[in-house]
Amino acid sequence: MGQTIIEKILSAHSNFQVYANDLVVAEVDFIMGQDGTSPLTIKAFQEMGGEKIFDSGKVIFVIDHNSPSPNEGVSALHKMMRDFARQKEIYTCDVGEGVCHQLIPETGAVGPGSLVIGSDSHTCTYGALNAFSTGVGSTDLAAALISGRMWFKVPDTLKIICHGELPPGVYSKDLILYLTGQITADGATYLSVEYTGQAISALSQEARFTISNMAVEMGAKAGLMAADEKTFSWLSNYTSKKYQPVEPDPDARYFRIEEYDASKLEPHVAKPHTVDNVCPVGEVSDTVVHQAVIGTCTNGRLEDLRIAAGILKGRKCNKDVRLIVVPASRKIMLDAIREGIAETLIESGAAFVTPGCGPCVGTHNGVPSDGEVVISTANRNFKGRMGNSKAFIYLASPATAAASAITGRITDPREFLK
Amino acid sequence: MFFEGNAHKFGNDINTDYIISGKYKFKTLDMVELASHVMEDLDPDFSSKVTPGDFIVAGTNFGCGSSREQAPLVIKYARVSAVLAKSFARIFYRNAINTGLPVVECDTDLINEGDVLEVDLSQGFVKNKSSGVSIPIKPLPGVMIKILNDGGLSAHFKKYGDFNF
Repeated sequence: MGQTIIEKILSAHSNFQVYANDLVVAEVDFIMGQDGTSPLTIKAFQEMGGEKIFDSGKVIFVIDHNSPSPNEGVSALHKMMRDFARQKEIYTCDVGEGVCHQLIPETGAVGPGSLVIGSDSHTCTYGALNAFSTGVGSTDLAAALISGRMWFKVPDTLKIICHGELPPGVYSKDLILYLTGQITADGATYLSVEYTGQAISALSQEARFTISNMAVEMGAKAGLMAADEKTFSWLSNYTSKKYQPVEPDPDARYFRIEEYDASKLEPHVAKPHTVDNVCPVGEVSDTVVHQAVIGTCTNGRLEDLRIAAGILKGRKCNKDVRLIVVPASRKIMLDAIREGIAETLIESGAAFVTPGCGPCVGTHNGVPSDGEVVISTANRNFKGRMGNSKAFIYLASPATAAASAITGRITDPREFLK
Repeated sequence: MFFEGNAHKFGNDINTDYIISGKYKFKTLDMVELASHVMEDLDPDFSSKVTPGDFIVAGTNFGCGSSREQAPLVIKYARVSAVLAKSFARIFYRNAINTGLPVVECDTDLINEGDVLEVDLSQGFVKNKSSGVSIPIKPLPGVMIKILNDGGLSAHFKKYGDFNF
Protein backbone atom coordinates (compact mmCIF):
# COMPACT_ATOMS: atom_id res chain seq x y z
CA MET A 1 0.00 0.00 0.00
CA GLY A 2 1.25 3.48 -0.83
CA GLN A 3 2.42 5.91 1.82
CA THR A 4 2.05 9.60 2.52
CA ILE A 5 5.11 11.77 3.20
CA ILE A 6 4.79 11.43 6.97
CA GLU A 7 4.25 7.66 6.80
CA LYS A 8 7.49 7.41 4.82
CA ILE A 9 9.50 9.60 7.17
CA LEU A 10 8.25 7.78 10.26
CA SER A 11 8.93 4.40 8.59
CA ALA A 12 12.49 5.42 7.76
CA HIS A 13 13.08 6.52 11.36
CA SER A 14 11.61 3.44 13.02
CA ASN A 15 12.65 0.65 10.61
CA PHE A 16 9.05 -0.48 10.23
CA GLN A 17 6.67 0.04 7.35
CA VAL A 18 4.12 2.17 9.20
CA TYR A 19 0.76 3.64 8.29
CA ALA A 20 -1.73 6.03 9.86
CA ASN A 21 -2.74 5.14 13.42
CA ASP A 22 0.26 2.88 14.03
CA LEU A 23 2.33 3.67 17.09
CA VAL A 24 6.04 4.19 16.55
CA VAL A 25 9.07 4.99 18.63
CA ALA A 26 11.20 6.87 16.11
CA GLU A 27 14.79 8.10 16.06
CA VAL A 28 14.99 11.89 15.97
CA ASP A 29 17.52 13.75 13.82
CA PHE A 30 17.42 17.08 15.57
CA ILE A 31 16.08 18.57 18.82
CA MET A 32 15.39 22.21 19.64
CA GLY A 33 14.54 23.87 22.95
CA GLN A 34 13.69 27.56 23.49
CA ASP A 35 13.82 29.76 26.57
CA GLY A 36 10.11 29.53 27.40
CA THR A 37 10.16 25.76 27.63
CA SER A 38 13.74 24.54 28.18
CA PRO A 39 13.89 25.32 31.92
CA LEU A 40 11.08 22.77 32.46
CA THR A 41 12.94 20.38 30.15
CA ILE A 42 16.04 20.66 32.33
CA LYS A 43 13.90 19.99 35.41
CA ALA A 44 12.30 16.94 33.77
CA PHE A 45 15.73 15.71 32.58
CA GLN A 46 16.92 15.79 36.19
CA GLU A 47 13.75 14.13 37.51
CA MET A 48 14.23 11.34 34.97
CA GLY A 49 17.71 10.74 36.35
CA GLY A 50 19.22 11.93 33.05
CA GLU A 51 22.98 12.34 32.90
CA LYS A 52 24.13 12.23 29.29
CA ILE A 53 22.59 13.78 26.19
CA PHE A 54 22.24 11.08 23.52
CA ASP A 55 24.15 13.25 20.99
CA SER A 56 24.73 16.88 21.88
CA GLY A 57 25.59 17.63 18.25
CA LYS A 58 21.94 17.05 17.40
CA VAL A 59 20.59 19.50 19.97
CA ILE A 60 20.28 23.26 19.93
CA PHE A 61 18.97 25.73 22.52
CA VAL A 62 17.66 29.10 21.40
CA ILE A 63 17.09 32.12 23.63
CA ASP A 64 14.53 33.99 21.56
CA HIS A 65 11.23 34.40 23.35
CA ASN A 66 12.42 36.97 25.91
CA SER A 67 15.58 38.19 24.35
CA PRO A 68 17.30 40.22 25.72
CA SER A 69 15.82 39.44 29.13
CA PRO A 70 13.24 41.99 30.34
CA ASN A 71 13.48 41.12 34.07
CA GLU A 72 15.44 39.20 36.70
CA GLY A 73 13.07 36.20 36.70
CA VAL A 74 13.70 35.58 33.01
CA SER A 75 17.43 36.23 33.48
CA ALA A 76 17.62 33.48 36.11
CA LEU A 77 15.95 31.00 33.72
CA HIS A 78 18.25 32.04 30.86
CA LYS A 79 21.22 31.43 33.15
CA MET A 80 19.84 28.00 34.04
CA MET A 81 19.72 27.18 30.30
CA ARG A 82 23.22 28.49 29.61
CA ASP A 83 24.69 26.58 32.58
CA PHE A 84 23.02 23.32 31.52
CA ALA A 85 24.05 23.84 27.89
CA ARG A 86 27.67 24.47 28.87
CA GLN A 87 27.72 21.38 31.08
CA LYS A 88 26.14 19.14 28.42
CA GLU A 89 27.93 20.76 25.44
CA ILE A 90 24.71 21.91 23.78
CA TYR A 91 25.10 24.71 21.26
CA THR A 92 23.10 27.75 22.34
CA CYS A 93 21.90 30.55 20.08
CA ASP A 94 21.87 33.46 22.47
CA VAL A 95 20.46 37.00 22.50
CA GLY A 96 20.41 38.62 19.07
CA GLU A 97 20.84 35.52 16.94
CA GLY A 98 17.15 35.25 16.09
CA VAL A 99 14.03 33.16 16.39
CA CYS A 100 14.39 29.37 16.61
CA HIS A 101 12.29 28.59 13.53
CA GLN A 102 14.57 30.64 11.32
CA LEU A 103 17.81 29.55 13.00
CA ILE A 104 17.17 25.81 12.79
CA PRO A 105 16.75 25.85 8.98
CA GLU A 106 19.79 28.16 8.77
CA THR A 107 21.94 25.47 10.45
CA GLY A 108 21.40 23.25 7.41
CA ALA A 109 20.84 20.35 9.82
CA VAL A 110 17.22 19.97 8.72
CA GLY A 111 16.13 19.02 5.23
CA PRO A 112 14.00 16.60 3.23
CA GLY A 113 13.26 13.45 5.21
CA SER A 114 14.49 14.80 8.56
CA LEU A 115 12.61 14.14 11.79
CA VAL A 116 12.79 17.08 14.17
CA ILE A 117 11.14 17.87 17.48
CA GLY A 118 11.16 21.18 19.28
CA SER A 119 9.56 22.41 22.46
CA ASP A 120 7.68 25.07 20.55
CA SER A 121 4.41 24.57 18.74
CA HIS A 122 5.59 26.28 15.55
CA THR A 123 8.32 23.65 15.03
CA CYS A 124 6.07 22.49 12.19
CA THR A 125 7.68 25.33 10.14
CA TYR A 126 10.36 23.00 8.69
CA GLY A 127 7.66 20.99 6.95
CA ALA A 128 8.31 23.49 4.15
CA LEU A 129 11.69 21.74 3.76
CA ASN A 130 9.98 18.37 3.35
CA ALA A 131 10.88 17.44 6.95
CA PHE A 132 8.59 16.02 9.62
CA SER A 133 8.99 18.50 12.42
CA THR A 134 6.59 18.97 15.28
CA GLY A 135 6.15 20.72 18.58
CA VAL A 136 6.30 18.80 21.83
CA GLY A 137 6.23 19.73 25.50
CA SER A 138 9.19 20.06 27.84
CA THR A 139 8.96 16.55 29.31
CA ASP A 140 8.79 14.89 25.88
CA LEU A 141 11.84 16.91 24.91
CA ALA A 142 13.72 15.73 28.01
CA ALA A 143 12.91 12.11 27.14
CA ALA A 144 14.32 12.66 23.65
CA LEU A 145 17.48 14.31 25.02
CA ILE A 146 18.17 11.12 26.95
CA SER A 147 17.03 8.50 24.45
CA GLY A 148 17.33 10.18 21.04
CA ARG A 149 13.86 8.88 20.35
CA MET A 150 10.22 9.94 20.57
CA TRP A 151 6.93 8.09 20.38
CA PHE A 152 4.29 9.10 17.86
CA LYS A 153 0.94 7.95 16.67
CA VAL A 154 1.34 8.02 12.89
CA PRO A 155 -1.14 10.68 11.81
CA ASP A 156 -3.64 10.52 9.00
CA THR A 157 -3.01 13.05 6.26
CA LEU A 158 -5.13 15.92 5.00
CA LYS A 159 -4.04 16.92 1.50
CA ILE A 160 -4.67 20.57 0.63
CA ILE A 161 -4.36 21.30 -3.09
CA CYS A 162 -4.04 24.98 -4.00
CA HIS A 163 -4.66 25.53 -7.69
CA GLY A 164 -3.66 28.60 -9.67
CA GLU A 165 -1.15 31.25 -8.66
CA LEU A 166 -1.60 34.04 -6.15
CA PRO A 167 -2.39 37.41 -7.79
CA PRO A 168 -0.06 40.42 -7.28
CA GLY A 169 -0.36 41.93 -3.79
CA VAL A 170 -1.56 38.64 -2.35
CA TYR A 171 0.99 36.57 -0.45
CA SER A 172 1.52 33.21 1.20
CA LYS A 173 0.31 34.72 4.51
CA ASP A 174 -3.02 35.60 2.89
CA LEU A 175 -3.27 32.05 1.59
CA ILE A 176 -2.59 30.39 4.94
CA LEU A 177 -4.97 32.75 6.76
CA TYR A 178 -7.66 31.92 4.19
CA LEU A 179 -6.95 28.17 4.52
CA THR A 180 -7.08 28.37 8.33
CA GLY A 181 -10.49 30.03 8.06
CA GLN A 182 -11.66 27.24 5.77
CA ILE A 183 -10.22 24.31 7.73
CA THR A 184 -10.87 26.02 11.16
CA ALA A 185 -8.74 26.09 14.30
CA ASP A 186 -9.23 22.40 15.03
CA GLY A 187 -10.09 21.08 11.56
CA ALA A 188 -6.72 19.37 11.18
CA THR A 189 -6.23 18.22 14.78
CA TYR A 190 -3.93 15.17 14.99
CA LEU A 191 -3.47 15.28 11.19
CA SER A 192 -0.46 15.78 9.00
CA VAL A 193 -1.20 18.34 6.29
CA GLU A 194 0.37 17.98 2.83
CA TYR A 195 0.22 21.30 0.97
CA THR A 196 0.47 20.89 -2.76
CA GLY A 197 -0.60 22.39 -6.08
CA GLN A 198 0.57 25.11 -8.42
CA ALA A 199 0.11 27.91 -5.89
CA ILE A 200 2.57 26.21 -3.50
CA SER A 201 5.10 25.34 -6.24
CA ALA A 202 5.07 28.94 -7.44
CA LEU A 203 6.00 30.28 -4.00
CA SER A 204 9.57 31.02 -2.98
CA GLN A 205 11.07 28.83 -0.26
CA GLU A 206 10.81 31.75 2.20
CA ALA A 207 7.10 32.20 1.48
CA ARG A 208 6.53 28.46 1.94
CA PHE A 209 7.86 28.59 5.51
CA THR A 210 4.99 30.97 6.39
CA ILE A 211 2.45 28.36 5.33
CA SER A 212 4.01 25.41 7.15
CA ASN A 213 4.56 27.61 10.22
CA MET A 214 0.81 28.00 10.69
CA ALA A 215 -0.21 24.34 10.23
CA VAL A 216 -0.54 24.13 14.02
CA GLU A 217 -3.15 26.91 13.92
CA MET A 218 -5.45 24.31 12.30
CA GLY A 219 -4.48 21.83 15.01
CA ALA A 220 -2.13 19.88 12.73
CA LYS A 221 0.85 17.83 13.84
CA ALA A 222 2.81 18.66 10.68
CA GLY A 223 2.55 20.88 7.61
CA LEU A 224 4.52 19.19 4.87
CA MET A 225 5.48 20.13 1.35
CA ALA A 226 7.32 18.23 -1.38
CA ALA A 227 10.94 19.18 -2.06
CA ASP A 228 11.79 20.76 -5.42
CA GLU A 229 14.62 22.77 -7.00
CA LYS A 230 13.72 25.78 -4.86
CA THR A 231 14.05 23.70 -1.70
CA PHE A 232 17.47 22.36 -2.69
CA SER A 233 18.66 25.73 -3.92
CA TRP A 234 17.67 27.34 -0.59
CA LEU A 235 19.39 24.55 1.38
CA SER A 236 22.58 24.91 -0.67
CA ASN A 237 23.07 28.34 0.94
CA TYR A 238 23.46 26.64 4.31
CA THR A 239 24.79 23.12 3.83
CA SER A 240 26.51 20.79 1.41
CA LYS A 241 24.70 17.82 2.95
CA LYS A 242 22.78 15.78 0.37
CA TYR A 243 19.15 15.15 1.22
CA GLN A 244 16.83 12.77 -0.63
CA PRO A 245 13.37 14.18 -1.32
CA VAL A 246 10.41 12.30 0.17
CA GLU A 247 7.46 12.09 -2.22
CA PRO A 248 4.05 10.66 -1.40
CA ASP A 249 3.19 7.50 -3.33
CA PRO A 250 0.53 7.90 -6.04
CA ASP A 251 -1.63 5.36 -4.21
CA ALA A 252 -1.10 6.84 -0.74
CA ARG A 253 -4.25 6.86 1.36
CA TYR A 254 -5.51 10.29 2.37
CA PHE A 255 -7.95 10.93 5.19
CA ARG A 256 -9.32 13.93 3.33
CA ILE A 257 -8.49 15.99 0.26
CA GLU A 258 -9.48 19.67 -0.03
CA GLU A 259 -9.00 21.79 -3.14
CA TYR A 260 -8.88 25.59 -3.38
CA ASP A 261 -8.37 28.14 -6.12
CA ALA A 262 -5.65 30.62 -5.15
CA SER A 263 -5.88 32.66 -8.34
CA LYS A 264 -8.69 34.91 -7.17
CA LEU A 265 -7.66 35.22 -3.54
CA GLU A 266 -7.69 38.67 -1.94
CA PRO A 267 -5.53 39.89 0.95
CA HIS A 268 -6.96 38.48 4.17
CA VAL A 269 -6.75 39.21 7.89
CA ALA A 270 -7.56 37.13 10.96
CA LYS A 271 -9.72 39.21 13.28
CA PRO A 272 -9.57 39.08 17.10
CA HIS A 273 -9.42 36.71 18.98
CA THR A 274 -8.97 33.50 16.96
CA VAL A 275 -6.76 32.67 13.99
CA ASP A 276 -9.62 31.11 12.02
CA ASN A 277 -11.75 34.26 12.29
CA VAL A 278 -10.69 35.47 8.84
CA CYS A 279 -12.09 37.83 6.24
CA PRO A 280 -10.89 39.80 3.22
CA VAL A 281 -9.05 43.01 4.22
CA GLY A 282 -11.77 45.12 2.61
CA GLU A 283 -14.31 44.05 5.23
CA VAL A 284 -12.37 45.69 8.06
CA SER A 285 -10.74 48.57 6.19
CA ASP A 286 -12.16 51.25 8.47
CA THR A 287 -10.47 49.76 11.55
CA VAL A 288 -8.06 52.22 13.18
CA VAL A 289 -4.61 50.75 13.94
CA HIS A 290 -2.29 51.85 16.76
CA GLN A 291 0.61 49.46 16.25
CA ALA A 292 1.93 47.43 13.33
CA VAL A 293 4.35 44.53 13.78
CA ILE A 294 6.35 43.08 10.89
CA GLY A 295 8.50 40.05 11.66
CA THR A 296 8.50 36.92 13.89
CA CYS A 297 8.91 33.28 12.85
CA THR A 298 5.94 33.63 10.52
CA ASN A 299 6.98 36.65 8.46
CA GLY A 300 10.36 37.99 9.55
CA ARG A 301 12.38 36.76 6.57
CA LEU A 302 14.30 38.94 4.12
CA GLU A 303 11.61 38.64 1.46
CA ASP A 304 8.99 39.84 3.99
CA LEU A 305 11.08 42.86 4.97
CA ARG A 306 11.73 43.59 1.29
CA ILE A 307 7.99 43.56 0.53
CA ALA A 308 7.31 45.91 3.45
CA ALA A 309 10.14 48.22 2.37
CA GLY A 310 8.76 48.27 -1.18
CA ILE A 311 5.53 49.73 0.17
CA LEU A 312 7.10 52.06 2.75
CA LYS A 313 9.84 53.45 0.48
CA GLY A 314 9.54 57.22 0.29
CA ARG A 315 6.55 57.18 2.63
CA LYS A 316 6.11 57.78 6.34
CA CYS A 317 4.24 55.76 8.93
CA ASN A 318 1.11 57.44 10.19
CA LYS A 319 2.01 59.60 13.23
CA ASP A 320 -0.47 57.62 15.35
CA VAL A 321 0.99 54.22 14.44
CA ARG A 322 4.04 52.58 15.99
CA LEU A 323 5.72 50.28 13.47
CA ILE A 324 7.87 47.56 15.07
CA VAL A 325 10.12 45.43 12.86
CA VAL A 326 11.54 42.11 14.12
CA PRO A 327 13.94 40.38 11.71
CA ALA A 328 13.82 36.61 12.18
CA SER A 329 17.59 36.24 12.43
CA ARG A 330 20.84 38.16 12.68
CA LYS A 331 21.68 37.05 9.14
CA ILE A 332 18.40 38.50 7.88
CA MET A 333 19.02 41.74 9.77
CA LEU A 334 22.49 42.04 8.24
CA ASP A 335 21.15 41.26 4.77
CA ALA A 336 18.41 43.87 5.29
CA ILE A 337 21.06 46.43 6.23
CA ARG A 338 23.26 45.56 3.23
CA GLU A 339 20.34 45.72 0.83
CA GLY A 340 19.14 49.10 2.11
CA ILE A 341 15.87 47.59 3.37
CA ALA A 342 16.62 48.49 6.97
CA GLU A 343 17.36 52.10 6.03
CA THR A 344 14.09 52.40 4.09
CA LEU A 345 12.09 50.99 6.97
CA ILE A 346 13.82 53.13 9.61
CA GLU A 347 13.39 56.27 7.50
CA SER A 348 9.68 55.52 7.26
CA GLY A 349 9.49 55.49 11.05
CA ALA A 350 10.03 51.81 11.95
CA ALA A 351 11.54 50.80 15.29
CA PHE A 352 13.77 47.74 14.92
CA VAL A 353 13.95 45.32 17.85
CA THR A 354 16.33 42.44 18.50
CA PRO A 355 15.94 39.47 16.12
CA GLY A 356 13.79 36.93 17.95
CA CYS A 357 10.14 36.56 18.89
CA GLY A 358 9.70 40.29 19.48
CA PRO A 359 6.33 41.39 20.86
CA CYS A 360 4.48 38.23 19.68
CA VAL A 361 4.46 36.47 23.04
CA GLY A 362 3.47 39.43 25.19
CA THR A 363 6.41 40.01 27.46
CA HIS A 364 8.32 42.92 25.93
CA ASN A 365 9.08 44.93 22.78
CA GLY A 366 5.62 46.42 22.28
CA VAL A 367 2.85 45.45 24.69
CA PRO A 368 -0.30 47.27 23.50
CA SER A 369 -2.48 49.42 25.76
CA ASP A 370 -6.15 48.84 26.65
CA GLY A 371 -8.43 49.08 23.64
CA GLU A 372 -5.58 49.39 21.14
CA VAL A 373 -5.55 47.63 17.79
CA VAL A 374 -2.45 45.85 16.53
CA ILE A 375 -1.93 44.59 13.01
CA SER A 376 0.74 41.90 13.14
CA THR A 377 2.42 39.46 10.80
CA ALA A 378 2.68 36.90 13.63
CA ASN A 379 0.66 33.69 13.82
CA ARG A 380 -1.58 34.14 16.88
CA ASN A 381 -4.13 36.77 17.84
CA PHE A 382 -5.50 35.25 21.04
CA LYS A 383 -6.86 37.65 23.62
CA GLY A 384 -3.92 38.67 25.80
CA ARG A 385 -1.36 37.14 23.45
CA MET A 386 0.68 40.33 23.26
CA GLY A 387 0.45 40.92 27.01
CA ASN A 388 -2.83 42.83 27.29
CA SER A 389 -6.18 41.05 27.20
CA LYS A 390 -7.92 44.36 26.45
CA ALA A 391 -6.10 44.84 23.12
CA PHE A 392 -7.21 43.61 19.69
CA ILE A 393 -4.84 41.77 17.35
CA TYR A 394 -5.36 41.36 13.60
CA LEU A 395 -3.05 39.03 11.68
CA ALA A 396 -1.98 39.96 8.16
CA SER A 397 0.78 39.80 5.55
CA PRO A 398 3.82 42.12 5.76
CA ALA A 399 2.35 44.09 2.83
CA THR A 400 -0.96 44.65 4.61
CA ALA A 401 0.82 45.55 7.85
CA ALA A 402 3.05 48.06 6.01
CA ALA A 403 0.13 49.62 4.13
CA SER A 404 -1.84 49.88 7.38
CA ALA A 405 1.12 51.56 9.12
CA ILE A 406 1.02 54.29 6.47
CA THR A 407 -2.71 55.00 6.54
CA GLY A 408 -3.40 54.29 10.22
CA ARG A 409 -6.28 51.96 9.36
CA ILE A 410 -6.36 48.41 8.07
CA THR A 411 -5.52 48.79 4.40
CA ASP A 412 -5.43 46.63 1.27
CA PRO A 413 -1.76 46.79 0.19
CA ARG A 414 -2.76 46.78 -3.47
CA GLU A 415 -3.62 50.48 -3.00
CA PHE A 416 0.16 51.08 -2.83
CA LEU A 417 1.15 48.67 -5.58
CA LYS A 418 -0.77 50.23 -8.46
CA MET B 1 -8.49 7.07 39.71
CA PHE B 2 -11.68 8.49 41.16
CA PHE B 3 -12.51 12.17 41.59
CA GLU B 4 -15.50 14.14 42.79
CA GLY B 5 -16.02 17.89 42.51
CA ASN B 6 -17.81 20.78 40.87
CA ALA B 7 -17.76 21.71 37.19
CA HIS B 8 -16.34 25.05 36.02
CA LYS B 9 -17.47 25.54 32.44
CA PHE B 10 -15.58 27.18 29.59
CA GLY B 11 -16.22 27.39 25.84
CA ASN B 12 -14.43 26.13 22.73
CA ASP B 13 -10.81 26.80 21.68
CA ILE B 14 -9.46 27.54 25.17
CA ASN B 15 -5.84 28.22 24.23
CA THR B 16 -2.72 27.89 26.37
CA ASP B 17 -2.33 31.68 26.54
CA TYR B 18 -5.69 31.80 28.36
CA ILE B 19 -4.66 28.94 30.66
CA ILE B 20 -1.44 30.72 31.61
CA SER B 21 -0.41 33.99 29.97
CA GLY B 22 3.06 34.42 28.51
CA LYS B 23 3.52 37.53 30.63
CA TYR B 24 3.74 35.30 33.72
CA LYS B 25 5.01 31.95 32.56
CA PHE B 26 8.38 33.05 31.20
CA LYS B 27 9.49 34.48 34.54
CA THR B 28 9.40 31.58 36.96
CA LEU B 29 9.18 27.84 37.49
CA ASP B 30 7.14 28.42 40.69
CA MET B 31 3.94 26.65 39.67
CA VAL B 32 2.10 27.65 42.85
CA GLU B 33 2.66 31.31 41.97
CA LEU B 34 1.71 30.70 38.30
CA ALA B 35 -1.41 28.77 39.35
CA SER B 36 -2.79 31.95 40.92
CA HIS B 37 -3.08 33.30 37.34
CA VAL B 38 -4.75 30.24 35.76
CA MET B 39 -7.49 31.26 33.28
CA GLU B 40 -7.02 34.87 34.40
CA ASP B 41 -7.77 36.52 31.04
CA LEU B 42 -11.12 34.69 30.84
CA ASP B 43 -12.10 34.86 34.52
CA PRO B 44 -9.85 36.91 36.83
CA ASP B 45 -11.33 35.22 39.93
CA PHE B 46 -11.05 31.66 38.65
CA SER B 47 -8.17 30.51 40.85
CA SER B 48 -9.99 31.62 44.00
CA LYS B 49 -13.23 29.91 42.93
CA VAL B 50 -11.68 26.45 42.61
CA THR B 51 -12.16 24.03 45.47
CA PRO B 52 -9.55 21.24 45.42
CA GLY B 53 -10.85 18.36 43.32
CA ASP B 54 -13.00 20.50 40.99
CA PHE B 55 -13.09 20.01 37.23
CA ILE B 56 -12.50 22.29 34.27
CA VAL B 57 -15.17 21.45 31.68
CA ALA B 58 -14.87 22.83 28.14
CA GLY B 59 -15.97 22.40 24.55
CA THR B 60 -13.80 21.52 21.57
CA ASN B 61 -10.06 22.03 21.02
CA PHE B 62 -9.10 22.61 24.66
CA GLY B 63 -5.44 23.62 25.04
CA CYS B 64 -4.83 24.80 21.49
CA GLY B 65 -1.89 27.09 20.83
CA SER B 66 1.59 26.85 22.26
CA SER B 67 3.49 23.82 23.53
CA ARG B 68 3.95 25.32 27.00
CA GLU B 69 3.84 22.56 29.57
CA GLN B 70 3.12 25.20 32.18
CA ALA B 71 -0.51 24.98 30.95
CA PRO B 72 -1.35 21.51 32.33
CA LEU B 73 0.96 22.13 35.30
CA VAL B 74 -0.84 25.28 36.47
CA ILE B 75 -4.18 23.49 36.17
CA LYS B 76 -2.78 20.71 38.33
CA TYR B 77 -1.29 23.16 40.84
CA ALA B 78 -4.62 25.01 40.97
CA ARG B 79 -5.79 21.64 42.39
CA VAL B 80 -8.16 20.93 39.54
CA SER B 81 -8.44 17.14 39.44
CA ALA B 82 -9.13 16.67 35.71
CA VAL B 83 -10.09 18.50 32.52
CA LEU B 84 -13.18 17.29 30.66
CA ALA B 85 -13.66 18.47 27.07
CA LYS B 86 -15.26 17.41 23.81
CA SER B 87 -11.80 17.39 22.23
CA PHE B 88 -8.24 18.45 23.01
CA ALA B 89 -5.42 19.99 21.02
CA ARG B 90 -2.72 17.37 20.55
CA ILE B 91 0.31 18.95 22.24
CA PHE B 92 -1.71 19.88 25.34
CA TYR B 93 -3.13 16.37 25.48
CA ARG B 94 0.35 14.82 25.46
CA ASN B 95 1.67 17.34 27.97
CA ALA B 96 -1.22 16.68 30.34
CA ILE B 97 -0.58 12.94 30.36
CA ASN B 98 3.19 13.45 30.62
CA THR B 99 2.75 15.65 33.68
CA GLY B 100 0.05 13.47 35.25
CA LEU B 101 -3.03 15.67 34.68
CA PRO B 102 -6.02 13.47 33.74
CA VAL B 103 -7.80 14.60 30.55
CA VAL B 104 -11.19 13.18 29.67
CA GLU B 105 -12.90 13.33 26.28
CA CYS B 106 -16.68 13.24 26.63
CA ASP B 107 -19.89 15.06 25.66
CA THR B 108 -19.62 18.10 27.87
CA ASP B 109 -22.95 19.52 26.65
CA LEU B 110 -24.40 17.24 29.34
CA ILE B 111 -22.65 19.26 32.06
CA ASN B 112 -23.63 22.71 33.36
CA GLU B 113 -21.69 25.23 35.41
CA GLY B 114 -21.61 24.14 39.05
CA ASP B 115 -22.80 20.57 38.45
CA VAL B 116 -21.41 18.00 40.85
CA LEU B 117 -19.49 15.31 38.95
CA GLU B 118 -17.95 11.96 39.70
CA VAL B 119 -15.16 10.89 37.38
CA ASP B 120 -13.92 7.31 37.52
CA LEU B 121 -11.01 6.82 35.12
CA SER B 122 -10.49 3.15 35.96
CA GLN B 123 -14.13 2.31 35.25
CA GLY B 124 -14.31 4.82 32.40
CA PHE B 125 -17.32 6.96 33.25
CA VAL B 126 -18.42 10.42 34.25
CA LYS B 127 -21.51 10.70 36.40
CA ASN B 128 -23.30 14.03 36.59
CA LYS B 129 -24.75 13.84 40.10
CA SER B 130 -26.72 17.07 39.62
CA SER B 131 -28.66 15.71 36.64
CA GLY B 132 -28.31 11.98 37.30
CA VAL B 133 -26.91 11.42 33.78
CA SER B 134 -24.01 9.05 33.11
CA ILE B 135 -21.67 10.21 30.35
CA PRO B 136 -19.48 7.73 28.45
CA ILE B 137 -15.85 8.73 27.99
CA LYS B 138 -13.49 8.05 25.10
CA PRO B 139 -10.79 5.72 26.42
CA LEU B 140 -7.18 6.92 26.51
CA PRO B 141 -4.72 5.20 24.14
CA GLY B 142 -2.86 2.33 25.84
CA VAL B 143 0.49 4.15 25.78
CA MET B 144 -1.01 7.08 27.64
CA ILE B 145 -2.65 4.88 30.26
CA LYS B 146 0.78 3.36 30.86
CA ILE B 147 2.43 6.80 31.24
CA LEU B 148 -0.37 8.09 33.47
CA ASN B 149 -0.25 4.98 35.66
CA ASP B 150 3.51 5.38 36.03
CA GLY B 151 2.87 8.91 37.36
CA GLY B 152 3.85 10.79 34.18
CA LEU B 153 6.68 10.51 31.66
CA SER B 154 9.43 11.65 34.06
CA ALA B 155 8.53 8.86 36.49
CA HIS B 156 8.24 6.43 33.54
CA PHE B 157 11.79 7.30 32.42
CA LYS B 158 13.14 7.21 35.94
CA LYS B 159 11.71 3.70 36.28
CA TYR B 160 12.76 2.28 32.89
CA GLY B 161 15.48 4.65 31.61
CA ASP B 162 13.77 4.72 28.21
CA PHE B 163 10.36 4.38 26.57
CA ASN B 164 8.91 1.07 27.70
CA PHE B 165 5.52 0.38 26.12
